[in-house]
Amino acid sequence: MLNTPPALEFKSSTFFAPILILYTHDMVAIEQTLQEKINLAPEFFRDSPLIIDLRELNKLNQDLDFVQITQLLRRIGFFPVGIRGGNEQQNKQARTLSIPIDTVREQGNPITIGEAQKQEAVPEVTVAKESISPIAAPPQTPVAATLITQPIRSGQRIYASGDLIILSQVSAGAEIMAEGNIHVYNTLRGRALAGVHGNTAARIFCFDLQAELISIAGDYKTSEDLNKQTYKNPVQIYLQNHALIIKEIA
Amino acid sequence: MARIIVVTSGKGGVGKTTTSAAIAMGLAKAGHKTAVIDFDVGLRNLDLILGCERRVVYDFINVINGEASLNQALIRDKNCNLLYILPASQTRDKDALTEEGVGRVLDELSKDFAYIVCDSPAGIEKGANLALYFADDAFVVTNPEVSSVRDSDRMLGILSSKSRRAERNEDPIKEYLLLTRYDADRVKSGEMLSLEDVQEILSLELLGIIPESKSVLSASNAGIPVILDEKSEAGQAYADVVARYLGEKRPHRFIDAKHGFLRRLFGGRK
Repeated sequence: MLNTPPALEFKSSTFFAPILILYTHDMVAIEQTLQEKINLAPEFFRDSPLIIDLRELNKLNQDLDFVQITQLLRRIGFFPVGIRGGNEQQNKQARTLSIPIDTVREQGNPITIGEAQKQEAVPEVTVAKESISPIAAPPQTPVAATLITQPIRSGQRIYASGDLIILSQVSAGAEIMAEGNIHVYNTLRGRALAGVHGNTAARIFCFDLQAELISIAGDYKTSEDLNKQTYKNPVQIYLQNHALIIKEIA
Repeated sequence: MARIIVVTSGKGGVGKTTTSAAIAMGLAKAGHKTAVIDFDVGLRNLDLILGCERRVVYDFINVINGEASLNQALIRDKNCNLLYILPASQTRDKDALTEEGVGRVLDELSKDFAYIVCDSPAGIEKGANLALYFADDAFVVTNPEVSSVRDSDRMLGILSSKSRRAERNEDPIKEYLLLTRYDADRVKSGEMLSLEDVQEILSLELLGIIPESKSVLSASNAGIPVILDEKSEAGQAYADVVARYLGEKRPHRFIDAKHGFLRRLFGGRK
């Protein structure tokens, strides 16, 4: 199986992209101010992806045609890649244009460049660093932990979209994967992969470490690299600066 | 309704067919009408172990395909009239087995028999999967060596996920461990895994330890199930296995190398 390379694989990653916060629906004013900004730093904005934030605008009940703003942005060299805080109509338009919709989470105000300009005039262009996901983020629902009481035998694979809790042994040749943490309250002989979507804060806990392979967010160790001292002991495993730390639980 | 037992292991050569023949004979001897089915289509062996190879006319595949009736294909054992053998076809391969066909044959047998023993082929392909699919109980035959233990572990995973009971969310298949070809002297010298080593990985209910014994080979060659050789340790061990399966409490023996009183008492020979 390992000899043939797979056709593809999924990896999780975060990107940085500027957010364009609009305070007016006046297209002429927007274009004018954007041009001024671009003239200040043409290289910075060239072919830049952009997330359009309509929260402020919608607070002011100023209606904006999303198709129009997208066309405008594309014309002057931006790549709109997301919308946040849009109303129903705008989100619908975004979907038609295949632009991912970000559901707004409550967070601190993004850092704004040019505080002084704020009072000066609308429109305002704000650049903030914000991570975006390449796919429209689904509504955030808490994922329940997966509980398994049966032994995981050689050849079996278990995948949990949240935390994974296993009360029985995990045999050599078995594979357990979780997007969150992994807890094994028994002997772990197989492969355990936590934080498979890139969650570097994920941890692995087990009562008896004899694993073939352990991995957190893609960083892994095979049994050959496991320390003799922690072998067959209760441990927790976590990631620190891309290094897997295996620590005995006293 | 018959109780369906699958004798399985994943790995080949560990003693599945020997075990199938022995326990089927043991159950029949205990007064239960028993059928034993050879699922190893293309590599037919069970008929040899049971000494009925010269009486095979129709086989399992003929029944599945409707070319023969079950009564025509079943062979009555000459040592015990409650034991019937359904031999595999030697000229076909595992693709001749279908889930629908196997299910139909087992349903029909269930009406008339108390136990149906399915002798699984090695591997985890179609033959093995169909042998275990309808099972109620599984006898996992394991040798005390690492590759056999791992294959058994793999098989246990399949038992718990790919059986009819698993698919229908019924009670899982009851799994038992049979440790075969166990040589207490070699375990003592560290050449073989001990019972504890095996149980640490598999943690199953132990139905019995079958000691490595010359009588197994001679019984196979003679076509008489080893359980009928009451003087041999392997024969006695299989008799214990059947008794334990039927609910009797018997202490485990043949675990330690020291030649204890049991051996002197029974005058067992290797």
